[in-house]
Amino acid sequence: MDTLSLLQHYWWFLIALLGALLVFLMFVQGGQALLYDLGRTEEERNLIAHSLGRKWELTFTTLVTFGGAFFASFPLFYSTSFGGATYVWMAILFCFVLQAVAYEYRRKPANVFGEKTFNIFLMINGILGPLLIGTAVGTLFTGAEFTVDRLNLAGEGGAAVISQWTSPWHGLEAVANWRNVLLGVCITLLALTLAAQYLMNDIADETLRQRAARRMRQVSVAFVILFVVWLVALLLADGATADAAGVIVLEPYKYLHNLLVLPYVAVTLIVGVVAVLWSIRLGWNGSRRAIWFGGAGSILAVLSLLLLAGWNQTAYYPSLSDLQSSLTIANSSSSLFTLRVMAWVSLFIPVVVAYVWYVWRALNRRPLTREELHEGGPQY
Amino acid sequence: MITDYLSTVDWSRAQFAMTAIYHWLFVPLTLGLGVLVALMETLYVRTGDEFWRRTTKFWMRLFGVNFAIGVATGLILEFEFGTNWSNYSHFVGDIFGAPLAIEGIFAFFLEATFVAVMFFGWNKVSRGFHLTATWLTAIGANLSAWWILVANAWMQHPVGCDFNLETVRNEMTSFSEVALSPVAVNKFFHTVTSSFTLAALFVVGVSAWYLLRGREKRMASKSIALASVFGFVFALATAYTGDRSGAIAAQTQPMKLAAMEALYDGGEGAPLTVVGVLRPEAERSSNDDAFHFRIDIPKLLSVMSFRDAGAYVPGINDLLAGNAERGILSAEEKMRRGRAAIDELERYRTARNAGDTATMEAVSRLFDRSTPEGEAFLRDYFAYFGYGYIDRPEQLVPNVPLLFYSFRVMVGAGCFFILLLAVVWWLNRRDRLASKRWLLWVAVWTIPLAYLASQAGWIVAEVGRQPWAIQEMMPVGIAASKIPSGSVTTTFFLFLALFTALLIAELSILFRQIALGPKND
Repeated sequence: MDTLSLLQHYWWFLIALLGALLVFLMFVQGGQALLYDLGRTEEERNLIAHSLGRKWELTFTTLVTFGGAFFASFPLFYSTSFGGATYVWMAILFCFVLQAVAYEYRRKPANVFGEKTFNIFLMINGILGPLLIGTAVGTLFTGAEFTVDRLNLAGEGGAAVISQWTSPWHGLEAVANWRNVLLGVCITLLALTLAAQYLMNDIADETLRQRAARRMRQVSVAFVILFVVWLVALLLADGATADAAGVIVLEPYKYLHNLLVLPYVAVTLIVGVVAVLWSIRLGWNGSRRAIWFGGAGSILAVLSLLLLAGWNQTAYYPSLSDLQSSLTIANSSSSLFTLRVMAWVSLFIPVVVAYVWYVWRALNRRPLTREELHEGGPQY
Repeated sequence: MITDYLSTVDWSRAQFAMTAIYHWLFVPLTLGLGVLVALMETLYVRTGDEFWRRTTKFWMRLFGVNFAIGVATGLILEFEFGTNWSNYSHFVGDIFGAPLAIEGIFAFFLEATFVAVMFFGWNKVSRGFHLTATWLTAIGANLSAWWILVANAWMQHPVGCDFNLETVRNEMTSFSEVALSPVAVNKFFHTVTSSFTLAALFVVGVSAWYLLRGREKRMASKSIALASVFGFVFALATAYTGDRSGAIAAQTQPMKLAAMEALYDGGEGAPLTVVGVLRPEAERSSNDDAFHFRIDIPKLLSVMSFRDAGAYVPGINDLLAGNAERGILSAEEKMRRGRAAIDELERYRTARNAGDTATMEAVSRLFDRSTPEGEAFLRDYFAYFGYGYIDRPEQLVPNVPLLFYSFRVMVGAGCFFILLLAVVWWLNRRDRLASKRWLLWVAVWTIPLAYLASQAGWIVAEVGRQPWAIQEMMPVGIAASKIPSGSVTTTFFLFLALFTALLIAELSILFRQIALGPKND
């Protein structure tokens, strides 16, 4: 493997890792979706919002960094997907704007629209955020309708656009593929499961803890069943792959082959799935430790699935309109120089992880209580 | 189809401008107030005086109200590069994406992680750790600004890159040239110092309102003492970096400078127009017929641009028609050369489609800087690539009245801020400020003026760059995504409605929090 290829694989790993962290951190969205389900009184809703509110920035920042890192390392994906599947991405952005202000404004006096409106904003983001992101990510496995010709730049007006979307639905057509929607539903159910586990960990209130455990039991069963269906469908599906000359061809059971060719990815996936199942078992009995297994397992599982999408010459964004326009990590990456510079920058990531972990522990050392809500001081 | 695309371009410009304007309503206060709050908390930790703890928590509360909506609008801006400007994202993503990613890794996580400690850690972590978190939040916000402004500066003055025919994009060749270009360094300092000034004026204005109401006198007086000195120092720094911005524009964006000054005919010892009223566009064609009236300072534009009273400053007409004596190519000539460069790309595409490898190799040699013919082609033709997409020379002139008046609003307001902050500091020090009610009202109403000046600055920077998305490399007309204009129009109004609603909520909350004062802290 030459240096460029190594760096392309390295950057796809980092993108996959950021994506995996984002899925884990979407427990914040899951909790927002459960705001009225678990929080039957205003005090309980405030407790939930205050618990989740201390973490919303991390989810948001991971999303921003995920976007920036994708732009820096695979700019052709950025220009093709964002510039083509515009409706889907705009819908995602819209519901994240709602989240950003909702925590800060919901209980502030004179917030114009009332606390309930901002709670609804949180719920919209909580449900649509994971659902839309999951559906959009589904197209990394099922493909999308676009063409790419860099030399279009020699044309005029609209014809000069390098990446062109061939569906008038600009991304909305993704919902016509049941596998995309199923992944969206799975991510949403996982977010709900992790949210219930997080709230069981972070809130010292027996009523809420029992309610969260009950909801987790129901949601996690649905998640496991649907995830198994999605995973089996993935492993049985064809996938686009680049041959030695860079020509893209369809390969039956591509993702299953990837799993066999990349055994360490397979092990990561298995460990991740087992950890999530173990977290469900712990959460079933009301254990506070469930979130640690659920979080770690989600990260490992999603990381391995995204690695399957991009490594082993797989086209991580197959084109349904023109197979040769499909994007692989080799044909869509930044230059060797930029990837190298960014690789040096990425060495700082462990420092980021370290201080995020330190601060997380410092703020979550003691679980939240109802009494803390009445102590005064800043609250969401 | 092309008509629809042009409409898409205009709506995409409008959407990006609208998002940027809203974003910039919140960011400068975050940048400056973060530092002021950190200074106040430092005073608390050093003195142990509970007064400074209450004061810190009060201003921190206002910081929090403002912070979230700035984060939200920033997210939209980042992704709009992809949704609305897909050609741009491909053509320069190899360079432009890096600062955005670095911002996320280095700065945004710092800010996002420690802001939670800053708000909720008062009774959970030690005093020293909390102070560190507050400083790291402020540093994170300003580091974030650094990388965003590196990206923006690169659009104004692209450096450290080269075109790669194989990938049909520009690729980075020097990270240090991109990250530390003089344009980026100056832009960063000009932006953050002006933001610090705005935040200082905000603190002074709000404190002045308390003095007018006879409330919170100690907090108001102490806050004014700190913010007026802070603001005065950084307003002076803003003036210095602003002067540098003008000199840099003279070197790198002469059309922007000429449009800012409504200078149609260049010359040696060019004057600076202090104030003036422009004639309608149809009547403006030379220096003689550009203004209804004007007040000039002789030679000052030459001095500010090139530090030489006799220096030649080109005007709009010189830059369009060319000036052989001064070595300025005409716009027509640049457009011809740019089209020749695009034609070579087209020749390459035709050859590729026909499998004509000989022609492909011939064109490749033209784009190879290591060969003499490549070096000449890249210097004499490809350097004008962006001009090849321009239809008429007049398209190269940005909106002159908008630039001319915005520049004067920014500079005039900036000079007023220096004076106001000095006077407020002096009177507050002498304990005579509370009795000057007219001055307190001036301080209150200077808050919106500070925002106006800040927005005017960005209008000068961004409208002055038009018609380029990347200066002389890619016009906005060719940078956009190919999406129906109707969809951009829909999202434009959707976000306009959302941002406006959230702005109304933000202002309402902010006013109420100010009215409540620090009593709950």
